[in-house]
Amino acid sequence: MFIAATVGVLASMSLVMARALMGPTVYDRVLAVNTFGTKTVLLIAVLGFLTERPEFLDLAIVYALINFIGTIAVLKFFEYRDLGRTRRPEADAE
Amino acid sequence: MIEFVDVALLILLGITAFSIIRQQNLFAAVMMMGIYSLLSAGLFVVMDAVDVAFTEAAVGAGISTILMLGTLALVGHNEHQPQHRPILPLFVVVLTGAILVYGTLDIPPFGDASNPAHHHVAPHYLEESEHEIGIPNVVTSILASYRGYDTLGETTVIFVALVGVLLLLSLGPRPRRIFSNGRWITVAADDEDPSEKGAGDARVDGVQAPDEVELLRDTDG
Repeated sequence: MFIAATVGVLASMSLVMARALMGPTVYDRVLAVNTFGTKTVLLIAVLGFLTERPEFLDLAIVYALINFIGTIAVLKFFEYRDLGRTRRPEADAE
Repeated sequence: MIEFVDVALLILLGITAFSIIRQQNLFAAVMMMGIYSLLSAGLFVVMDAVDVAFTEAAVGAGISTILMLGTLALVGHNEHQPQHRPILPLFVVVLTGAILVYGTLDIPPFGDASNPAHHHVAPHYLEESEHEIGIPNVVTSILASYRGYDTLGETTVIFVALVGVLLLLSLGPRPRRIFSNGRWITVAADDEDPSEKGAGDARVDGVQAPDEVELLRDTDG
């Protein structure tokens, strides 16, 4: 059962990787990286049960947090061009 | 089964590395580097080095991506044609890699209980630390007591780095420089994108800038 799940996660990882390689727009790639982080979380969780040591499950949860914050940071960078800013560039001009 | 996962992750890692090298769009290369970090973090987990994997995910996939994007905002999204031939760097890199692989031949077998790392001070820590230090958690007693000065130094380094990063981030927008028609143009920091306003405020030594200023923030990959 866990073997099938592992193979499935690895297969979907390669699909996501194909999207990140081809991705016509930037947002495809951002989404691909975010999804790849989710797949990594799933892989860590499944591997824990596959090797019968599910203690690393909380590590997977923290991975999910890092992945979330990282995506937010990338998108914030696109929105404001700058990590130090908290407003849009248009709002500054007014 | 673990070997299969290893091989699959390594194949994906190789594809990612080659795509980073071949990629002309630097933004896509940065995104692939994030995937590279996540993949190597997965490999570290397979090798039971969960703390290394954790650092790799936080630093490699998190902070490095952001720092690379910050660099891209300054230097633009597209790779310039290299001015030199890559033969010599390629030779140096291949040679260094071969030496590193040769170095791994001396490494004791992976996961072997008779490895030197398990026989130097580790048994002493495991058996005596509660008696000597009085803390039930072995890791805590090593970090806070046996290696107390080391931990103090690490904390100081991280604190200084944090202060530096916060100072850099809070500097606010600086004048941007845009490469156009063979010259660098300075654009005032509070300007809109020059092309949107017809390059009204972009200046080249007092000369009106050309309209076809290349945008730094070109979002379609």
